[in-house]
Amino acid sequence: MKVHEYQAKALLSSFGVPVPRGKVAYTADEAVEVAKELGFPVVVKAQIHAGGRGKGGGVKLARSAEEAESIARAMLGMRLRTHQTGPEGRIVRRLLVEQGMDLAGSREMYLAMVVDRARESPVFMASAQGGMDIEEVAAKDPKAILMETVHVAAGFQPFQARKLAFGLGLPASTLARAVTFMQAIHRAFEALDASLLEINPFLMTRDGALLALDAKLSLDDNALYRHAELKELRDFDEEDPLEVEASKYGLNYIKLEGGDVGCMVNGAGLAMATMDIIKLAGGSPANFLDVGGGANADQIRNAFRILLADPDVRAVLINIFGGILRCDVLAEGVIAAVRELGVKVPVVIRMKGNNEEKGKAMLRDSGLNFTTADDMSEAAQRVVAAAKGAK
Amino acid sequence: MSVLVGAHSRVLVQGMGKHGTFHAVGGREYGTNVVGGVTPGKGGTTVEGFALFNTVEEAVRKTAANVSMVFVPPPGAADAIMEAADAGIPLVVCITEGVPTLDMVRAAAFLEGRPVRLIGPNCPGIISPGEKCKVGIMPGHIHKGGPVGVVSRSGTLTYEAVNQLTALGIGQSTCIGIGGDPIIGTNHTDALRLFNDDPGTQAIVMIGEIGGSAEEEAAVFVKQSVRKPVVGFIAGQTAPPGRRMGHAGAIIAGGKGTAEEKMRAMAAAGIHVVKSPADIGAAVAEVLPTR
Repeated sequence: MKVHEYQAKALLSSFGVPVPRGKVAYTADEAVEVAKELGFPVVVKAQIHAGGRGKGGGVKLARSAEEAESIARAMLGMRLRTHQTGPEGRIVRRLLVEQGMDLAGSREMYLAMVVDRARESPVFMASAQGGMDIEEVAAKDPKAILMETVHVAAGFQPFQARKLAFGLGLPASTLARAVTFMQAIHRAFEALDASLLEINPFLMTRDGALLALDAKLSLDDNALYRHAELKELRDFDEEDPLEVEASKYGLNYIKLEGGDVGCMVNGAGLAMATMDIIKLAGGSPANFLDVGGGANADQIRNAFRILLADPDVRAVLINIFGGILRCDVLAEGVIAAVRELGVKVPVVIRMKGNNEEKGKAMLRDSGLNFTTADDMSEAAQRVVAAAKGAK
Repeated sequence: MSVLVGAHSRVLVQGMGKHGTFHAVGGREYGTNVVGGVTPGKGGTTVEGFALFNTVEEAVRKTAANVSMVFVPPPGAADAIMEAADAGIPLVVCITEGVPTLDMVRAAAFLEGRPVRLIGPNCPGIISPGEKCKVGIMPGHIHKGGPVGVVSRSGTLTYEAVNQLTALGIGQSTCIGIGGDPIIGTNHTDALRLFNDDPGTQAIVMIGEIGGSAEEEAAVFVKQSVRKPVVGFIAGQTAPPGRRMGHAGAIIAGGKGTAEEKMRAMAAAGIHVVKSPADIGAAVAEVLPTR
């Protein structure tokens, strides 16, 4: 789960990480109020779950109340497009109004923590090239990124923080502050069950103060059960409404741009493979949809509802590898869902499990627009043909 | 022949709730020697004819279990893995989905240096069909004993591949579901090493997914050490970057972990890479030395 910058900064601050003073605003009036409280200049920052906001016009400096108001008015409700939002962009609904920092003579660096799969441990990363897209830095000059593995039992040690600080070229006078800063980042990462915590830029002001000028935080969804207070930070406006709806029913749905073949599959790997084979058959998948390892009648009905809420879907492919699942029961569920929801688009079904022939016969005899297929390749070809025919 | 599990396996089930009990029964019906279960507080009772124990230590002492299958829900799953390792069980298979990543970081550190192998978490388990040993949630009847080792990050996609093999009359030595999480016990390379050393395995199927670099590392190992034909497939060729495709580990992050990159590395290592998941069985039929 991603959280907003202002939420991340409030959390970091509670762990002792210095951040600029600031507050969230939902309206232009609130923004002006916060700005007056902070004193000018202030920075107005659009709060969306995507990076690259500055380049897209989502970060602006205001020197007066009038300026703050006009910037806030223009920003709230705007469709912010960045390299991470895709062409559709994101509507801005919240602003972070922050004290304007004097950047003259300051240095912008990069700090981050992630869990590294190969090391099976959290790692601390630092780079002197802050403010930039770190992926670009990594691609151009991997040595420019310093890395320290966090020991599970010992934790992040001061010598590791010192290595990073000296590696970043921080002056000796800031050393103690840098160690404290990084240790606070590490404490926050572990305590929050974060999967990513990124400070970019990590700022050193002219007089040697260290600050998290920006903060990006993603939490481990699997650990949210032990963080009731963090669950409340979820912003449903930042998520696709259909994806949110699907998650309520234990369905994992991801809309894909430009596709017209809806897919309903049990299991994430098979769901991805089904998308792949649709593409190989000359079609284009409209979504990823994993109904889970099982697949009962209720889930099939909800899955259909979500699939068909996407107007781009011209045909549906159901690929269920049940094993111990009874295909006649599955067929019954599919027929009931199609009748109940008045499904018009052609539906191609490939299912494996017990009573397969009986299930197929039920689909054939239902009088509905079903096609069955014996294997994935045949199923993909049929559904792609059906989608093209339906255009 | 088989790897990891077989006729010698004495399987203990940790977490004999509804799910655990169901699959304990399923394993027994398949022919697996399920020796009991662990549910703290239920020691001394039985469920479905299985003796229950309070701790893994007690269960090992009384049943000589040498494999544990973990169904304990996410909050206690890492704890269960560590308990099994502490009790000296050499093979722990964790089926549980949704274990917090930092819990697995701790469990991985705990397992380090101990004589134990972990499979999973978030995996379908392991099966050696020729020896009628099933430690997992996969449908046993689609499998058949034979010379092909299968290793995969997915569940149902593995069933799909196995089904293709069996339909062509090609059996499997052992099928290992390694799981779709970012931190897992046994990875592709470990499984390939086991199959390479197993005289009963003549060809290997490796099914990967987008995300991470485990497949690339496995490709390096194949090139250096594997002397058996390997057929490979990567799921997620059409997946968009930055989106988690169901499995916590299946995400293209920072432009890394794309299917294209993995398929290229695998092909360069001499792996027979198929683009379509429907072609896995046929590709094995082509490379299998003897039928």
